[in-house]
Parts: sequence; structure tokens; C-alpha cells
Amino acid sequence: MGKTTAEKIFDAHLVNEPFPGTKVLRLDAVLCHEITTPIAIDDLIRRGKDRVFDPTKIKAVIDHVTPSKDTKTATQARILREWARRNDIKDFFDIGANGVCHALFPERGFIRPGYTVIMGDSHTCTHGAFGAFAAGIGTTDLEVGILKGVCAFRQPKTIKFNVTGTLSKGVYAKDVILHIIGKIGVNGATDRVMEFHGSVVDAMTMESRMTLCNMAIEAGGTSGICQPDMTTVDYLWPFIQGEFASKEAALADYSQWRADADADYDQTVEIDVTTLEPTITFGYKPDQVKTVSELAGTRLDQIYIGSCTNGRLEDLRIAAQILKGRKIASNVRCILSPATPKIQQEAMREGLLDIFMEAGFCVTNPTCGACLGMSNGVLAEGEVCAATTNRNFSGRMGKGGMVHLMSPATAAASAIEGVIADPRNYLN
Amino acid sequence: MKTFGGPVLFLDRSDINTDEIIPAKYLTEITKEDLKPYILEDLKLPGFDPKGTKTRNAKVIVSRGNFGCGSSREHAPWVFEVNGITAVVAESFARIFRQNMFNCGMAAIELPKADVDLLISHSGDDDATMSIDIEAGSLTMSGGGKQKTFSFEISPFDKALVLSGGWVDYADQKY
Ligand code: SF4
Repeated sequence: MGKTTAEKIFDAHLVNEPFPGTKVLRLDAVLCHEITTPIAIDDLIRRGKDRVFDPTKIKAVIDHVTPSKDTKTATQARILREWARRNDIKDFFDIGANGVCHALFPERGFIRPGYTVIMGDSHTCTHGAFGAFAAGIGTTDLEVGILKGVCAFRQPKTIKFNVTGTLSKGVYAKDVILHIIGKIGVNGATDRVMEFHGSVVDAMTMESRMTLCNMAIEAGGTSGICQPDMTTVDYLWPFIQGEFASKEAALADYSQWRADADADYDQTVEIDVTTLEPTITFGYKPDQVKTVSELAGTRLDQIYIGSCTNGRLEDLRIAAQILKGRKIASNVRCILSPATPKIQQEAMREGLLDIFMEAGFCVTNPTCGACLGMSNGVLAEGEVCAATTNRNFSGRMGKGGMVHLMSPATAAASAIEGVIADPRNYLN
Repeated sequence: MKTFGGPVLFLDRSDINTDEIIPAKYLTEITKEDLKPYILEDLKLPGFDPKGTKTRNAKVIVSRGNFGCGSSREHAPWVFEVNGITAVVAESFARIFRQNMFNCGMAAIELPKADVDLLISHSGDDDATMSIDIEAGSLTMSGGGKQKTFSFEISPFDKALVLSGGWVDYADQKY
């Protein structure tokens, strides 16, 4: 019997199995941000264990609230900053170089096929786009990861998603994943890895694959995983060219992490995207989805384009294509948060930021900002936001506020009309 | 060893998420104690009052499926802990929340729906209490003059974490 990608990674990283069913894995990357790490740091100090297992494998960023908005968030940032200095963590990203963790760390080439990755953040599943096993964990697991470079997991089963057909105009990775979550439900993949296959995924850019894997947790999934291929190698090439003689050699090496053809899956789900329409959430759970045709005309107060789901250059290009030469409706306010400084700079060079600003968007610095209602775009009670983020829980963007999750294209069309709108009307 | 049990708070809904347990805006608190007043602040359920005596007195929560879904924030178990709630019994849990509970030396216990239905049938009893024996894998629910014992399973690893007081000390010794 063959193995799934997660099974191969588990086997290669197994330290031991202290109890039946519990596997302790060696970690290749421990990622940190200023919301969940400071309490871990504080606890390590109190235990007299202010050490790190390997400073080169720890990456840290201040991203959730940056620049700090008050004394408390400034204190969180300071704790992380001082800890990184004290422990010689070179890959630490502060104001000027910081951006949303799940966009910034891949962009820096920190995530490779076959890696084990943890972070005190549920959307760590994003990094599985590289053929890694990447899981969100809590502060205690993070603490142990920082200290010892290990993490304990129950070996998850894997669900295979075979995504085939042709994406029609105006339909993107975001629509695909919203559709999948709608189909399997918010706990449809609990304790499972979501392994994405099929011609549609094969044709996706790394950015789109990250969007797909980013929302695995919204179905309860431990990690999303895509199969490493030439697209993966091309993306990573600037970082790995010293390690491999050629791209083909890199591909041959990374292919060891691809699932075997006879791997044993918990379930296989066939998704034909040919008739898929732009897809949007309507309630307070990410599996409550409808098509744009059903929701067009829904009232909005704010549009938010950004986050680790859809704040990448590809997303900005798609939205800008729709916004070009147009204005946002007068009843809405619109915010763009490019996910990293690099994305922001490239968007500036390409003239995308001009398009957004001329349309009437406010462009913020790279940050999580409004995504979790901590800064930069919190909603008032009763307000409604069209967002390219990943979570629509009640109060997520501010107490009493409501969020409709959608693609950057749908968000851009909605900005123009001031209500939920169909992006296909703006694409040739 | 640690004992679990006491008055029960019933939250009869599936998919109670971490934003409802502790909203993100309180994640800037640096100590667990500071989280205390904000327990379940954004949870809207008929008859539920986050500031009511039932919430204040509770030692155990009983709920439905996929409890604790959403964010990885360990602030969710912590806000329970500082309010004296050290066990949650539910039909199922989101993975990260469940592990966070055990990593903190607290208990996340799964029971089949039929058993949870029986537990929730006590939600009208003002004297509803539960006692939980982790070693034996059993819990006893009493209230309204009735009493019933249920057995449950938790993994040997999770049991070891609860009994040894958490994952940090355990891991530092072994790895
Ligand atoms: S952008 Fe939103 S979902 Fe992503 S890491 Fe930041 S807060 Fe979390």
C-alpha cells in the first residue's frame, strides 16, 4: 500500500511514538507572531527555559496589529522583538519588513516540500501548498516547539480532493475552496489532511494553491496539502538554486513527497468546477455558501481586500483589472491591505495601487488589520463587510458586524456597485 | 491527582467557535487572569448570559459538535481555566482546541450524541452537577433527583498530559 504526502512526511520526521496513536515529529520550521508567542515566551521565562532549539528554524513576525495601536499591542510587539534579539533569531520581521505571516514566510522561501511546520495560528495550513505538513497549534505546543523542536500529533487520515473541469471566467481558487467547505461542512475534515489533486490544482499558481490550503482549517482540516511539482520548484528557485544543479534535479528530489498512486485515503471527493459560479458566504459559518447570483444586491458598508487568503499580488491584479477606470460606490468604504511589503512595492510599480486609490480605496500597510477585527477597519455594530478573508464568525471584524467571504474579483465588483455584485459583468 | 467536576453550564449548539469563547480584541492581554471577565462574551444563545450566575459558577461545560472551532488561540481554554471551568464534554471537538485543553492539563471529553442528549436533558435542573474521573474514564451526571454514569475514552497521551500537568514539562524531560 502506498502513502499519502502526510504519511511520508510523518515517517521521515518521526522521533518516537510515546503512546499508541501519538506521534512526536521533528520540526523544520516554527513560525511565530506577536499575538500567540508572547505568552509562550513569558511562560518559558517563568520556567527558567528561555531558550530556542535552533534559531535558524524559528521565524518571527509582528503582523496582526502593526504599527502597534496602543500600549498593550506595543508591549506584545516588544516582547517578541526582544526575544528574537536575545535568542539570535535572524529571520525576524519588524515594521518596514513585516507582512501577514502566511504570505511573508513563503515569499521568503522558508517553506519547502516535505517540511513539518507549526505556528500558533490556525491558518498555518496555508503552507501545505508547498507539499509540506503545516498545522496550526496552540501556545503550549508552540512553547514546546520553540524549546525542543518537536510537536506531538495524532496521525491524521487524508481526504483526497480531485478537482477537475475548467474554471470559468470570474471563478478562482477562493470560489473553489468556499464551494468545497460548503460541500463538506465546517467539521468535514476534522483530524484530516485535505490533499488537493486534479488538473485544476495542477494548473494553479502557488498563490492560488495557498488560497486553497489557507481555508482547510475552516473545514476543520489539520493541513491542506498540494503536490509539489514544477510550479513549486519555479516559485522556490531563487532560494534553492544553490542546492540543486537544475530545476529538474529539484523536481526529482521534491517528487519524493508526492502521494503514491495507490495511497490509502479516508475518502476521495470529486469536485468538477466547470459549472462553479463565484461563491460567497452568507451566514456566520464558512460552510454557509451561496452563488453570487443568489446574493447579488446584498447590502454592504465596507469592502476589505487583503489577508493571508487573498492579499497576494495575483489577487491585487485581479481586483485592479476590475477596478481600473472605475469608482467605488458612494455608500461603501474600501480598504486594501497588501499582504507583504514586497507585494505592496510590486503593486506600486505595476500601477495597481494607483488604480485602487483612484477608484477610492484606502491602501494600508501590510498587516492582518481588519481581518480579525483588531485594527484598521473594524466594523460598527450592524455593519456588513465584503471581505477576501477566510473567517466570517459573528463579531470577527468587530462586535455585531457581519462578513461575507468572497474572491478579490467579487469584492472589487461589489466595491463598484456598493452591494454584492457579479465580477463576470466586469471581465471580458 | 486533579479532579474535575462541579456545576454544569449547558451550551446547546454545534460549532461554538473560539471567537465566541474569547473575542480577538482581548488577545492583547498578556496574562490569563486578565481574560477572566470576557468569557463567552460574544456567544448568543437563548437563555444564555455570559455574565450570569450559571456561567460564573460553572466548572464543566456540556456542548454539541465541533466545539472550539476556528482560531488556534489557547486563550480559549485559558479563559475557561481562570473562570474555574476545567472540563468540556461535547459530541466532538475541533482538533486544535482539544489538544490545547489537554496541553494545559484540562479535559476535553467526547461522548456520543445520545449521551450528550441525556446530559442536556438536565439543562433545566438548577442543581445539575457532574463529576469526572479521568483515570477510570467515567463521568457521573446528577440533577433533578436523577443520576447516571457514562464512560468515555481519551487517548493514553492525553491522559498522561492531564495527569502530569501539561506538555511543556513532559516534553522537556523526554525530548
Ligand atoms: S490575515 Fe487574518 S486569518 Fe490570516 S493570519 Fe492574519 S488574522 Fe489570521
